Amino acid sequence: MSEKPKIGIYWCSSCGGCEEALVDLNEAILDVVAAVDIVFWPVAMDFKYDDVRKMKDGEMLASFINGGVRLSEQEDIVKLLRRKSQLIFAFGSCAHMGGIPGLANMNDRETVFNRVYREMESNDNPEGIVPETESLVNGKYKAELPEFYNSVYPLDKIIDVDYTIPGCAPQPQTILDAFTAILEGKLPEKGSVLAPNKSLCDTCPRKDTKPDKLTIDVFRRPHLYDKLDDGRCFLEAGIICMGPATRSGCGERCINANMPCRGCYGPPDDVKDQGVRMMSALASIIQPDEEEDIQKVLETLPDRIVPFYMYGLPRSILFRRKMNK
Amino acid sequence: MSENGFEPKIVAFVCNWCSYGGADIAGNQRMNYSPNVTLVRVMCSGRVDPEFVLEALRDGADGVMILGCHPGDCHYIEGNYRTLKRYNMLKPLLKQFNIEENRVVLDWVSASEGEKFARVVQAMNERITQLGPLNWDKVSSER
Amino acid sequence: MAEKHISISPVTRLEGHGNIEIFLNDEGNVEHAFLQVPELRGFEKFSEGRPAEEMPRITPKICGVCPTAHHMASQKALDDLFKTEPPSTAKKVRELMYSAFMIEDHALHFYFLGGPDFIVGPDAPKGSRNILGVIDKVGLDIGKNVIKNRKQCREIITTLGGRVIHPVSGLPGGVSKALSKEDQEKFKQYADEVIEFGQFTIQAFKDIVLKNEDYVKIITSDPYTHKTYYMGLVDEDNRVNFYDGKIRVVDPEGKEFLKFDVREFKDHISEHVEKWSYIKFPFLKKVGWKGFIDGKNSGVYRVAPLARLNASDGLATPLAQKEYDFMYETLGGKPVHHTLAFHWARVIELLYAAERLKELVNDPDITNTDIRNIPDKTPTEGTGVVEAPRGTLIHNYVTDEIGVIKKANLIVATVNNAAAITMSVEKAAKGVIKNFKVDDGLLNMVEMAFRAYDPCFACATHSLPGNMPLKVKIFAPDMTVFDVIERK
Ligand code: SF4
Ligand code: SF4
Ligand code: SF4
Ligand code: FES
Repeated sequence: MSEKPKIGIYWCSSCGGCEEALVDLNEAILDVVAAVDIVFWPVAMDFKYDDVRKMKDGEMLASFINGGVRLSEQEDIVKLLRRKSQLIFAFGSCAHMGGIPGLANMNDRETVFNRVYREMESNDNPEGIVPETESLVNGKYKAELPEFYNSVYPLDKIIDVDYTIPGCAPQPQTILDAFTAILEGKLPEKGSVLAPNKSLCDTCPRKDTKPDKLTIDVFRRPHLYDKLDDGRCFLEAGIICMGPATRSGCGERCINANMPCRGCYGPPDDVKDQGVRMMSALASIIQPDEEEDIQKVLETLPDRIVPFYMYGLPRSILFRRKMNK
Repeated sequence: MSENGFEPKIVAFVCNWCSYGGADIAGNQRMNYSPNVTLVRVMCSGRVDPEFVLEALRDGADGVMILGCHPGDCHYIEGNYRTLKRYNMLKPLLKQFNIEENRVVLDWVSASEGEKFARVVQAMNERITQLGPLNWDKVSSER
Repeated sequence: MAEKHISISPVTRLEGHGNIEIFLNDEGNVEHAFLQVPELRGFEKFSEGRPAEEMPRITPKICGVCPTAHHMASQKALDDLFKTEPPSTAKKVRELMYSAFMIEDHALHFYFLGGPDFIVGPDAPKGSRNILGVIDKVGLDIGKNVIKNRKQCREIITTLGGRVIHPVSGLPGGVSKALSKEDQEKFKQYADEVIEFGQFTIQAFKDIVLKNEDYVKIITSDPYTHKTYYMGLVDEDNRVNFYDGKIRVVDPEGKEFLKFDVREFKDHISEHVEKWSYIKFPFLKKVGWKGFIDGKNSGVYRVAPLARLNASDGLATPLAQKEYDFMYETLGGKPVHHTLAFHWARVIELLYAAERLKELVNDPDITNTDIRNIPDKTPTEGTGVVEAPRGTLIHNYVTDEIGVIKKANLIVATVNNAAAITMSVEKAAKGVIKNFKVDDGLLNMVEMAFRAYDPCFACATHSLPGNMPLKVKIFAPDMTVFDVIERK
């Protein structure tokens, strides 16, 4: 048997992009693979849950878990992995903050079912059938479906998480730095997010054009603004950019494509709620003082969930929307 | 108290320089304002971060009030304008979370307006009693 | 009666999760089998209320394996929504990015996900049916070459789209970033290399698969054959196009059955709902839903590589066209109904995308900076389509007059194949499970049936977040679970 540290990789309610991010390590992945023993990785290897169940507690050095938690089954598996692993890494925005699928916390199971199965214009479903947890196929074959939670949960609302690797998906460098820290035993304090604790604005190529005293008299929507590529700070033009409330480390990927940040790396350490922090910062610099004029400025903002909570609704203080019952 | 025994929990952030004085007068003169209001004294309404408001709702408040100096009277000159802007920014967000509009209010109460203080608190109390409990822990814990 | 239950959980090497349930009769043969997708996500619902221009940044998260496809379909739906035609350079930049994406995605599937079954062999031990096994078999140099070419394609996407996993450059009426001259020079070189890589991949397929009689027998065997309709996007000469064109459907004999503009998709495609799966089952409205059966009278159709080649009259680039002809010659003419030929069609498409990439990167217009038209019309409804690696992908949005989403409807690539995948699994199970005899290799062959489609259940279940493992359960005639084979 090899003495190499054992590693598990698992996805919950994930898009698969986080797994691709691992593949994107390219040649570097070969070095990582050489240094560890990947003993569980459903998307890429033929190993099954039972292989994990048979392990001793703490047998794996670390498990990397991406995706938020939506199903009881996912809850079971991540709890199993927690037992079998010394360290748990929340990998990517979904595990960290719920991610974009976490926008589902604006709805519940029922409203989704109604839209998808009952109302959809392209459906052919006169009897209004919706999937059921138990049903009979062809009148005799029993079929079961798992139940869904009404909300999407970030991983640390379900199990104890040791470290977070942020990003949708995490930048290869962020991942490599984390791997290096693990293998060299140089991990920071438990609970840390493994990316710099400064704001994206600090490392943004456009930061020199960010005015010292910003003011806003209108919010512009990116598709209606013709100078996205002029290299100037987006906020100066009234385009919402989450840079001030977002942790740096992504390589300013969106900015490099002339698009404003939407906050996938999550907030720096001291911020509890990325969305409301950003809203509050922006509100404070609205130019006019009269209530009516303030309203006019705010009317130019059609939605608050996106952009402010694009990646972090389930991480927000309120966590989800209240449904009408 | 309503017929069904619901006693709303209200958190009021009051500015030290004016509204707190208003509350004081109301208290001293034994004006009839509800005892179920928790006063949180802040140096200026401008210090009331919207995060506080959301946390109060999450942690069990049925309603939140922010009370500051009248426009132009803020001890820190601009504090209450900033509050006004943040409050207006926050309201539509609350609506998107489906939290009834009147659960969070902003009002101006000066140090001498003990009577106004009692009045706005009373009105708030009635509104929230009518709306009923928010029960945010139930909203967010239901799997 | 003893507990009788077979489970594979989770089924591996595909993007997303699913369940397979198999029912045996008294003789221990398969009586019925179906594929369940026990997961749902909710994108259509939670898109409501979001600003339409954010959709190209939201919808890619349906799938991190093919985010570029959603990004592209979404921005095209926005062009239509805001009635703003992008400048020609913007379209070329998009298609350039898209070609790079098709190459890297097809390569991912061939070398990492579906290919290992063939390259390493379906009966190989479980520890080796993965990319590392592939590298063992084809050699480390070639493994490195795969990685290098994927990396270069992904660099093209990153350069143009900001991020390769979930690009951000798409806007109604164009793109946010132009191609610089320096990058163009670099990409020209990549294009030459990737054509070679495409040719090499086809050769590898021929050497490893076609030269092995057993594999060919499996490919053309009845358990892996279904006569269905086929759907794909074609240009004005009915040649395959990934980025734009009309949707064409051919019948099981290969005759044109439909050709329509994507705006009319609701007239031609309907979605059937079953209680036992969260996935919906699209079918051709004109033929109707007749259940999970193939043939001309069933509305079931297929999409993705083989379907695209079947639904077209050819490919627009010379090297790929030659391979197209060779495939149909070898497999006995058009259309080809063998499910496992999807793998072959996939590598041919890879070569086509490489040639197209080369054309685009050498286009003198490609570095133009006129890449956006700013919308000035009132939005109402918009529809966009592309060919995703896994098939025809449609985004349809209805908004209010300031462009906030009121309704979103997404017909996602893998979903189009949902009915056919279930049928393929059943047929494959029937073909390989006999007299209560089930072993690891056989179960893998059932998995092969759906891996050929490169199904992406992350995509398919865009309707509510949550992923599920894929399980195979086998039931005895009395409905008790038949056996437990946890691959040992
Ligand atoms: S963080 Fe992003 S890339 Fe990772 S699973 Fe979530 S949506 Fe996909
Ligand atoms: S607000 Fe955005 S564009 Fe401006 S400096 Fe910060 S990150 Fe850069
Ligand atoms: S710019 Fe913002 S949204 Fe884009 S990758 Fe970086 S952190 Fe994420
Ligand atoms: S000091 Fe009272 S609001 Fe600022």
